[in-house]
Amino acid sequence: MLRPSTSIPRRGRGPLWRDPALRALIVQIVLFAALALFIVFIVDNTLSNLAQRGINTGFDFLDQRAGFGISQTLVEYTSNSSYGRTFIIGLLNTLLVSVLGIVAATIIGFVVGISRLSSNWLVAKLAAAYVETFRNIPLLVQILFWYYAVLQALPSPRQSLSLFDLFFFNARGVEAPSPQPLPGFDLTLIALAVAVAATLGLAVFARRRQIRTGRALPMYRIGAAIIVGLPLLVFLVSGSPLDWSVPELSGFNFSGGITLIPELAALWVALSIYTAAFIAEIVRSGIMSVPKGQTEAAQSLGLRGNITMRKIVIPQAMRVIVPQLTSEYLNLTKNSSLATAIGYPDLVAVFAGTTLNQTGQAIEIIAMTMGVYLTISLIVSLLMNLYNSRIQLKER
Amino acid sequence: MTSKSAVKLSAVTGAAVAAMLGVSSANATTLEDVNSSGEFTCGVSTGLPGFSAPNDQGRWTGIDVEVCRAVAAAVFNDPEAVVFTPLTAAERFTALQSGEIDVLSRNTTWTATRDNSLGLNFTGVNFYDGQGFLVRNDLGVDSATQLDGAAVCVQSGTTTELNLADYFSANDMQYQQVAFDTSAQSAQGFESGRCDVLTSDSSQLAALRLQLSDPASVKVLPERISKEPLGPVVRQGDDEWFDIVKWTLFAMINAEEMGVTSENVDQMRDNPPNPDVARLLGQDGSYGEQLGLSNDWAYNIIKQVGNYGEVYANTVGMNSPLEIERGINALWTDGGIMYAPPIR
Ligand SMILES: N[C@@H](CCC(=O)N[C@@H](CS)C(=O)NCC(=O)O)C(=O)O
Repeated sequence: MLRPSTSIPRRGRGPLWRDPALRALIVQIVLFAALALFIVFIVDNTLSNLAQRGINTGFDFLDQRAGFGISQTLVEYTSNSSYGRTFIIGLLNTLLVSVLGIVAATIIGFVVGISRLSSNWLVAKLAAAYVETFRNIPLLVQILFWYYAVLQALPSPRQSLSLFDLFFFNARGVEAPSPQPLPGFDLTLIALAVAVAATLGLAVFARRRQIRTGRALPMYRIGAAIIVGLPLLVFLVSGSPLDWSVPELSGFNFSGGITLIPELAALWVALSIYTAAFIAEIVRSGIMSVPKGQTEAAQSLGLRGNITMRKIVIPQAMRVIVPQLTSEYLNLTKNSSLATAIGYPDLVAVFAGTTLNQTGQAIEIIAMTMGVYLTISLIVSLLMNLYNSRIQLKER
Repeated sequence: MTSKSAVKLSAVTGAAVAAMLGVSSANATTLEDVNSSGEFTCGVSTGLPGFSAPNDQGRWTGIDVEVCRAVAAAVFNDPEAVVFTPLTAAERFTALQSGEIDVLSRNTTWTATRDNSLGLNFTGVNFYDGQGFLVRNDLGVDSATQLDGAAVCVQSGTTTELNLADYFSANDMQYQQVAFDTSAQSAQGFESGRCDVLTSDSSQLAALRLQLSDPASVKVLPERISKEPLGPVVRQGDDEWFDIVKWTLFAMINAEEMGVTSENVDQMRDNPPNPDVARLLGQDGSYGEQLGLSNDWAYNIIKQVGNYGEVYANTVGMNSPLEIERGINALWTDGGIMYAPPIR
């Protein structure tokens, strides 16, 4: 008869060097020390070599006056600002085109990807043609195309194409009216915040109610009504405290309003269209990875096609899509550095280009620039990983 | 990645790696290095007619190019023993610092920052220039002071960018800067109407103007807003090479002053009309040996490349499409400021 063992016999600890955990720890410490030593050696050697060659080092230049202009500045900048400020300007311009590009590429990519699976022959073929065209032309060529081909076709500011005398299109970009809030406009903003909060609260309630009773509220319509209606009401009641600055031709160029410079427009369009072609393929593969049985099951429950797509297929496809989407977002951000080819003032053109050349501090500036791209990439990955873990299959 | 930014990256990483690992040529001098390879590398522009641009046979020509050919003639007795590397304004200093090129001769303005904080040395001035503005005639402008509110195309990483900002703020005017990497791009930006004004060193505007599809539709405004002494640059810390490049230019200027040309140089060497010419052409003293070269170094320069006046006339002057007057670039004896220390 077998006697169930109640205790596993303990083995003696043996000599220290036989302990695998301790051995691993020691190896780690030695490796880390060697790496640290190597880095110290490189940094020290670099500094002494630079000093020996009479090349300035250090980060003091960041406080010095830059003395050059930049075509697009999201925050206050003049030629009297510091080199450190040019870093901020370049960084913001990089972030601006990346965010705009990511939003547009995602929308176009999803539309094209889903269209490619459409049962409508023409739509599916058009989507396929889109993917094959834009995926296979080098991005730089596309950027140059949008910049030079489109720019060349536009008239000079004096002959601008105008839309209701409010929007103007010319070789300097797109001029549009810009809102100028007057005192009292804060109320409208507060109303907007309240409306958003109320909609969110209502959405939570609607969800609970649906789980409980199975009856859904038309949340999209209600939400839209609240978010638009409440601020609009407050705005009108408080006497429409908003002015518009309309672009007007004065001298050579337009003044007033806001301008979308052609460099940004060309880069944005090219990055979005190019990346969207890849996203479309990712979306298609994600949707195709959802077993057909899921759709059939939804249909047999009587769900309409639109709801089947939104509630059954896409959520499952997202698990396949998101990790690949992350790398497309990272690619887009890094590709935005091609900006320097058309003179869009991104981080690489402004900081790693002009500032580097005016100060000559190549190593510091390239290190800072690489640090920025690394940080942006890590943050995007982190956010996408968080999102990914939220949508993963919850095993209950 | 564009090939240009690839070059830039490789230059920058090259500089970084060279600096990190200390693979500096501290042990071998530039002269020893180029002697063992039989040629040296000269950084030029990506294409600026008159200064440095490939002609229709693909041969580099221009006043900056001839300076490098003259150095090759002095060192190797062969003006073709030089490799030209085209560089954008933003790449040029890193390329020189990292050792990718041995001489930078690319319409580069001599400034305090560049001379004193980049580990570089300017060897002299081969062209005195000043910044100007190019506008379309139909803009109806005839002075730079009327440019308030204009969009201005400019090359990034240049003194031009800095002068532009200073000039507009000193005159209390607004402008929008559009900065490009190469002069071809800025010229295209100007032609396509992206900017009202193209600004650069005025001699370079004359060159860019010829590249436009209709040169007669544009004009250069009269203002010169800066001093742009352009000259060759070498790495700091190698005095021997510095002296060779410096005295190559001096020899060309002295030759013009003495009336020694590529045509009469043989005759002048055989029968020197005066002791100055005898010293220049290696018939008296050992001025070449003092530089680590042979004593006929200057003879070779003048025979194979020409004196300063000949080179000027053929590249930017009256024998060239640019037809730029000598102006302040004339010899000091002719009312200009070109002046070289004596060879003695
Ligand atoms: N002299 C100025 C400007 C030099 C410069 O780069 N000028 C432009 C004029 S358009 C040029 O040479 N471009 C030729 C090229 O892009 O290679 C400097 O040293 O900063």
